[in-house]
Amino acid sequence: MSRPGASLSQSGGVFGFIACYPRHGLLSSGGQQGNPMRYSALRVLKEGLTGQKGWTPVWRDPDPRPEYDIVIIGGGGHGLSTAYYLAKEHGARNVAVLEKGYIGGGNVGRNTTIVRANYFLPGNSEFYSHSLKLWEGLEEELNYNVMHSQRGLINLFHSDGQRDAFARRGNAMINQGDDAILLDREGVRKHLPYLDFDNVRFPIYGGLLHPRGGTARHDAVAWGYARGADRRGVDLIQNCEVTGIDVEGGRVTGVQTTRGAIRAKKVGIVVAGRSGQVAAMAGMRLPIESHILQAFVTEGLKPVIDHVVSFGMGHFYISQSDKGGLVFGGDLDFYASYAARGNLPMAEHVMDAAMTLMPVIGKAKVLRSWGGIMDMTPDGSPIIDRTGIDGLYIDCGWCYGGFKAVPGSGFAFAHLIAQDRPHETAARFRLDRFRTGVGLMDEEGTGAQHNLH
Amino acid sequence: MRISCPFCGERDSREYTYRGDAIALERPAPEAGAEAWEAYLHLRDNPAGETRDLWYHEPCGAWIVVTRNTVTHEVLATAPASEAAR
Repeated sequence: MSRPGASLSQSGGVFGFIACYPRHGLLSSGGQQGNPMRYSALRVLKEGLTGQKGWTPVWRDPDPRPEYDIVIIGGGGHGLSTAYYLAKEHGARNVAVLEKGYIGGGNVGRNTTIVRANYFLPGNSEFYSHSLKLWEGLEEELNYNVMHSQRGLINLFHSDGQRDAFARRGNAMINQGDDAILLDREGVRKHLPYLDFDNVRFPIYGGLLHPRGGTARHDAVAWGYARGADRRGVDLIQNCEVTGIDVEGGRVTGVQTTRGAIRAKKVGIVVAGRSGQVAAMAGMRLPIESHILQAFVTEGLKPVIDHVVSFGMGHFYISQSDKGGLVFGGDLDFYASYAARGNLPMAEHVMDAAMTLMPVIGKAKVLRSWGGIMDMTPDGSPIIDRTGIDGLYIDCGWCYGGFKAVPGSGFAFAHLIAQDRPHETAARFRLDRFRTGVGLMDEEGTGAQHNLH
Repeated sequence: MRISCPFCGERDSREYTYRGDAIALERPAPEAGAEAWEAYLHLRDNPAGETRDLWYHEPCGAWIVVTRNTVTHEVLATAPASEAAR
């Protein structure tokens, strides 16, 4: 069983403990700006020999200034990467990220960490392809170990029709310049010998292997971008909830927050499940319904699941974290919710599906489960666009696929805010497609119903 | 979550299929224009709190408008869609 990412994850072990340190950034105040503190093997060795006393907070914890050129609402993965690329690619020097909680405390710190570029439709295809390329250079880019592991993703199929659909998807991926290999039943068996291939109801016909797909350490992605943005002068302002958006004469002039008013020339909204409330502050109504998605983690086990695997006939997908826990999830609970916790019927369904596909994991004990709030659009594809208000931009609608989009979304949103025109990889993520009907990207062909994507 | 069907009484949420916001009952006229159709098909208030949405009760075949809280999952009221639409 090949595991192309194994060498990455092993080197991850050396640096893994460093990833715990940014937590201290939350408690401290005062600046460390300009402190180079690059991570290196030499540095790890030195600190190891001197009692780990030389590590300092990884980002500042500044108070908000009264005015910025650009304010990003939302300090999740997308907001942090937007700020990072604004500073790095566009030279923005006067940027703040406003986070109502703490950095890394939202969906970016509670997802199932899968990174892939296996989309089918024009619009999505080029965007996720670009995002995956950014992932592949991310650790070097950020000098931060995000434990990106390209262990391969296998989507299983269980009927002739499903195989045809996956063959078509695989061809679309290859045409986009990414990789896809259609595996027959024996091909799947070589990778995943532990599946129940002869299940009477859902026998396994084969799978679509996406070798460059895999996982990454979610917290580290947030921390890496936060550190990179902070180092380029971005103010990351935590415990700062936006309570109003100021608009004068059709132009945004700033925001009201729990830490006072902040003037801004440009404002970007990137708040995932809370998009509806924040957009309403500017008088907007979005094509978004917020839904709940559950995920589950078992106790730590020895290596058993080498890939990311998804079941084609039930709501179930799984991977194993480097710590050993099986990380798995299913589909939405299917009703609008902000509760950040799921209900038992979907938990039961996910366990059912797991036992149908891979009874081998049946004795693993589930340690915890949680629910995240997903910003579902009616076509299942995201929005990165201007709004009807000058200087106000929005990045939302990532449904339950936001994690893999973190680099690509930030890159494209930063471009839109800085240049006032869309980046080529995100040009089709238009807000007005829901009014005109032109360019809807319904990847799964389920129609205009938010919870079905 | 348990939802009270106006015809069958309180039942497990497994018996229901969710459709979405109760705006689905307010279908615009065919020529109402792009904005009306966008508002109907795509745009949502998406409240964190009280909402009205449409559920289908499979055992009895009734469409039901459920008033509930999206933050607490509390079900506040239910009514047949045929009455709510009038």
